[in-house]
Amino acid sequence: MNHLITLPIILPLLLATLQLLPVIEKNIERQRIISIAGSICLLIVSVALLISAASNNVTLYALGNWDAPFGIQLVGDRLSSMMVLLTSILLLAANLYASAGDDNQGRYFYPLMMFQAMGINGAFLTGDIFNLFVFFEILLIASYSLLIHGGGKHKTSAAVHYVFLNLVGSAIFLFALGIIYGTLGTLNMADMALRVRELNESEVQLTKIGGMMLLSVFALKAALLPLQFWLPRTYASAPGPVVALFAIMTKVGIYSIIRIQNLVFGDSAGDLADLGQDWIWVLALGTLVMATLGVISAPSVKRLAAHLVILSVGTLLVAVGFGTQNSLSAALYYAVHSTLAGAAFFLIGDIIAEQRERSFDRIVAGRSLAQPMSIGILFFVAAITLVGMPPLSGFIGKFLIMKSIDTSSTLVWAWPLLLIGSLAALVAFSRAGSTLFWRSNGKPDSSKASATRKFIAVGILLSAAPLMSLFAGPITEYTDTTVQQLLVFEQDPTQIMAKGVQR
Amino acid sequence: MELLISLIIGLLTAVGVFLVLRGRTFPVVLGLTVLSYAVNLFIFSAGRLVIDGAAVLKSGLATPDPVPQALVLTAIVIGFAMTAFAVILAIRARADLGNDHVDGRLPEQSGEQK
Repeated sequence: MNHLITLPIILPLLLATLQLLPVIEKNIERQRIISIAGSICLLIVSVALLISAASNNVTLYALGNWDAPFGIQLVGDRLSSMMVLLTSILLLAANLYASAGDDNQGRYFYPLMMFQAMGINGAFLTGDIFNLFVFFEILLIASYSLLIHGGGKHKTSAAVHYVFLNLVGSAIFLFALGIIYGTLGTLNMADMALRVRELNESEVQLTKIGGMMLLSVFALKAALLPLQFWLPRTYASAPGPVVALFAIMTKVGIYSIIRIQNLVFGDSAGDLADLGQDWIWVLALGTLVMATLGVISAPSVKRLAAHLVILSVGTLLVAVGFGTQNSLSAALYYAVHSTLAGAAFFLIGDIIAEQRERSFDRIVAGRSLAQPMSIGILFFVAAITLVGMPPLSGFIGKFLIMKSIDTSSTLVWAWPLLLIGSLAALVAFSRAGSTLFWRSNGKPDSSKASATRKFIAVGILLSAAPLMSLFAGPITEYTDTTVQQLLVFEQDPTQIMAKGVQR
Repeated sequence: MELLISLIIGLLTAVGVFLVLRGRTFPVVLGLTVLSYAVNLFIFSAGRLVIDGAAVLKSGLATPDPVPQALVLTAIVIGFAMTAFAVILAIRARADLGNDHVDGRLPEQSGEQK
């Protein structure tokens, strides 16, 4: 067996534990060195995993050497390797950004970041739905603590909502798992897909309820329409580097939706084929409307960034809900783009808040920024890619999604909403940019200049925008094959059932 | 037996949901706890109820499904940790915000809630 696939989970776990040792925990410099070096190692591991997945090998790993339906298995296919790589890039940028001083505002910053990365990677790699729940809880409990890192009234009050909401979400997740185990008798995702096909009449309705409950939990994580109200406040109050890593959390929900919709409730699922697909489509359109209103009315840069996250969720789920191969492939491209650009914009908002005195990141005239030139350039690039203007990756992502939605009855709904969303983002960015950079008064306070490594961190994330549009060909080829691979698994789930090593 | 268990789960869920929807943090935490009890019982019964079965393995006796028992153990541990965190957070929120309302501020007309 190839043990490489366990590293994205084991490595952050070990690094986090190592950093809890007093020798390292007491010395912030040592922690910084270990976590940045560790993030780079994780990045290398993820690239290796992606290269192995790109040559169409699916890495299957039977934990504890138990054969598939009985033991827990890890599945490293194209989709999960891609998402793991995305997490590693975010983690590196977030840790680099935090090492400029944000890590010192509270204790255990890096161990918690590592635990969170472990939970996210685990959720992407696992092939067992109960294990998915466990990794969800790991990433959640780390995120609860990271959210209140540094303390303060706003963080606490946002965290109360976030924690309670997610605890209820976990309870619903468990109810759904109980129902599904009761009717299907398995928790392995591939085995679930097989059992759904031979479900007898009396249990179809019950399984349907379980499946829809599962979908609603994932919709809560993904911030789909009626369940997205928690996001703006939570994301806007979290510390900058933390929220940069949070940018992938909505994608964990979307990933789970894609995984379950295309494996368990795929086209071969008989009565349960495409369960909830219509709901996703309608609610995603609703999410776009809400996010558009939110983007226009956002009072601060971080709120704007949070509403842009919801806008990207809406855009993504419109494509997922449409459910053709092309639209799914476009969604995967857009997911990578929106995660990186969204995280970068949160960090830019954090730098702006740091450099202006009392007005923080609110979009009002205030003291001049200490480094208006470099921040302005980053803001401009982020704005272009997030609005979806050529030549950067946002344009290609949005264009691919719109092109894939090609029947006239769906096009009438999706195209106007997607374009109005972009227009709203454009208006909001112009307003924010002109207020922040041009309507400033007072001498800039050069002692407030931000550390260079903060700009490097934002640069790493933003460099993806031109790179992703430069290499759009290979990337879309990769996502196309990813979707085909999902289809192959859907037709023959036994392909992703791990076998233990025979002795 | 089935009726009894399902009634208990239903009652616990109803109580849990009611408490979770309250405005103060303490009832909400209690509600989450009750809800997690309901969930645990529910998962436990997902492997079908067996009366007079063997505790582990014994030929001739019906054996209950061991998987839900393992699941419920995991769920209990996680639920316990999460409840502990929620309690600490609620105390912190009381200290930081000066009241124990989940929104961090008391509603305008809270005459009857005092």
